Amino acid sequence: MEKEKKDRFLLSMLVNNEAGVLTRISGLFARRGFNIASLSVGETENPDISRMTIMATGDDYFKEQVVLQLEKLQDVRIVELMDMDDTVMRELLLVKVRVDDQTSRSQILEAVSIFRAKVIDLTPVSLTVEITGETVKLSAFIEYLAPYGISELCRTGVTAIGRGNNILSKKYNKEEN
Amino acid sequence: MKLTGAQIVIEILCEQGVDTVFGYPGGTVLNIYDELYKSSGRIKHYITCHEQGAAHAADGYARSTGKTGVVFATSGPGATNLVTGLATAYLDSTPVVAITGNVACPPIGRDSFQEVDICGVTMPITKHNYIVKDVTRLAHVVREAFRIARRGRPGPVLIDIPKDVQVAECEFEPAAAPVAKEEKEVDSTSLKKAVKLIKDAKKPFIYFGGGVVISDASKELIRFAEKIGAPMGSSMMGLSAVPNKHPLFLGMTGMHGRFAASKVLSESDLIIAVGTRFSDRATGNKLQFSKNRRVLHIDIDPAEIGKNIPVYVSLVGDVKQALNLLLASDIKHTAQSWHDEGEAIKNMPDSHLTMDMSRLNPQAVIEAVRKRTADDTVVATDVGQHQMWAAQYYHFGNPRTFVTSGGLGTMGFGMGAAIGACVGTGKRTVLFTSDGSFHMNMNELATAVTNNLPLVVILLDNNALGMVRQWQTMFFDNRYSHTTLSRQTNYAKLAEAFGAAGLCLTDKKDIDAILDKAFEVDGPVLVHVKIDSDEMVLPMIPPGGTINDIITKN
Repeated sequence: MEKEKKDRFLLSMLVNNEAGVLTRISGLFARRGFNIASLSVGETENPDISRMTIMATGDDYFKEQVVLQLEKLQDVRIVELMDMDDTVMRELLLVKVRVDDQTSRSQILEAVSIFRAKVIDLTPVSLTVEITGETVKLSAFIEYLAPYGISELCRTGVTAIGRGNNILSKKYNKEEN
Repeated sequence: MKLTGAQIVIEILCEQGVDTVFGYPGGTVLNIYDELYKSSGRIKHYITCHEQGAAHAADGYARSTGKTGVVFATSGPGATNLVTGLATAYLDSTPVVAITGNVACPPIGRDSFQEVDICGVTMPITKHNYIVKDVTRLAHVVREAFRIARRGRPGPVLIDIPKDVQVAECEFEPAAAPVAKEEKEVDSTSLKKAVKLIKDAKKPFIYFGGGVVISDASKELIRFAEKIGAPMGSSMMGLSAVPNKHPLFLGMTGMHGRFAASKVLSESDLIIAVGTRFSDRATGNKLQFSKNRRVLHIDIDPAEIGKNIPVYVSLVGDVKQALNLLLASDIKHTAQSWHDEGEAIKNMPDSHLTMDMSRLNPQAVIEAVRKRTADDTVVATDVGQHQMWAAQYYHFGNPRTFVTSGGLGTMGFGMGAAIGACVGTGKRTVLFTSDGSFHMNMNELATAVTNNLPLVVILLDNNALGMVRQWQTMFFDNRYSHTTLSRQTNYAKLAEAFGAAGLCLTDKKDIDAILDKAFEVDGPVLVHVKIDSDEMVLPMIPPGGTINDIITKN
């Protein structure tokens, strides 16, 4: 676990917003034996370009190789290995917990307030919570809720943005074609 | 000017200087073939017997001429039959543009007749691929495909064009022929480091690969080797970049390389790797390969630096440009003692391996063929023992004369590739093949006959899948599981049935007479050569081994 944390790295990419690009990138990871921990993608302010954030684990050799191989893909405009100390990272979690008694309910609501989460759905037998934060915070929240019985959860995967002047599209200088 | 998609494809092929296409028509490429019919004065199309043969032909054409090979196929099975050909081109970095038809856009995704997602299928084996669903994008895509296929480290690009896009019309603007694109400049800091590394080395060894052939950098490489007085060895893909007779060239290194080449490499203190990717077949044990010596890696693909072998200094860029920069620097000739050490190794008994000359053997046949070929004769091979023998015993003259499947090791590559090379060079071409490989794509002999191509096929028949048999002999206690072929094919008659000439060579004393006859034939000829099943490819460094593990005797 310690080692895994140490080897964890974050890639931010600007890619062409075209069909099949996600397959090209995930296919490259799969066939080179690179493992993806999380992936999030969405259109940017420029509709021709999507931004992709990939969290993965691997040593220095792996990191270097993955960047170089990704740079070879025609649809990848820029890849950056994010400096974790100069990056803001967030992930969104939706989690549904079974609650059949009042005590559990108030305990969970207390946790929701402490974790600065938000209740987004409530039924007599369940409670659905939304929480945003760094991956570790989300994991801690899940761990706290586990004993109550999680009926389902989904995480978006990490998305990340550089601090201040660290702007990915400004570094985009790959010659057009 | 308004043109249809199919017309745009043909116009851009002409604009890109394409005058030769290999392919196979079918339902969804009918419109493109119709335009080809109307443009037959500008583009010559060769129909093969199978799309795989067409893909290999485009590949062989590209390897032997340096131009981009072009192949057409229809959707579904036509497209999937290209797969092995594209993978072969991808692994050996050959510029090929494949154009496939597909069903019209509306029925795509409904498992229509002969519909296949060829972009999905070929994604990992092409440099890039496209499905063009809008005719207004077609011209841009086809031009870009040629640029991508050629630029940097070359490779195959596939364009899938649905039938309705071939029919649709749009405005087309002709463009001028593309000018050769300058590759990125080599970084000057790295250059300084590289020069220092070379100057510090006492025993430099040049290990070069196919990048030297692709970059047309043979002259520069030879001048560089002579300037620093470094012995050279090559990967199999590097063969033909330097003539075998050059005194500094020791031959191929690696699993079936020459003893002297691997031995001198193991004594070096600096490996200058030029246009090569350190394949496991060439390096053997990777830890030992770079142990006790530094590596300077020159390659156009930044992703190859440090991928297989740790590198001390790298020069990323076009090999020719990098070598010219090194030649312009103040590098000096190394001491005479290193040269003497190399010469001593060259004179060791293991450096002079020959086969058993008392019987008809591959070496004798290959050397006799060489006496009848010119320096610019292209030699294609299939894959297996005969390929290694050709690599070992054929003495290459000019660059681009060895057309062989290195990375993928594609049995069945040879017949199509030799046809492509023969068409591309317009000269007599030799194919070394074997009973195993020949049976895979022998159908293309018909293509050679139809076009009356001067193709000399030397079929080394050992009645076995020889390379696998050799491994079974060496590592599986002679358990010959399904490698004894016992085929009763009469190859000479088969060749005649195809309309080619057929000859049979069974006795050592007839080598000259039979080969003389073969080289006089106008058109394709097959020479069936009977050799022993237990003929081995030696020397051999077992997988993952080093020069100390080299096997030189049966």
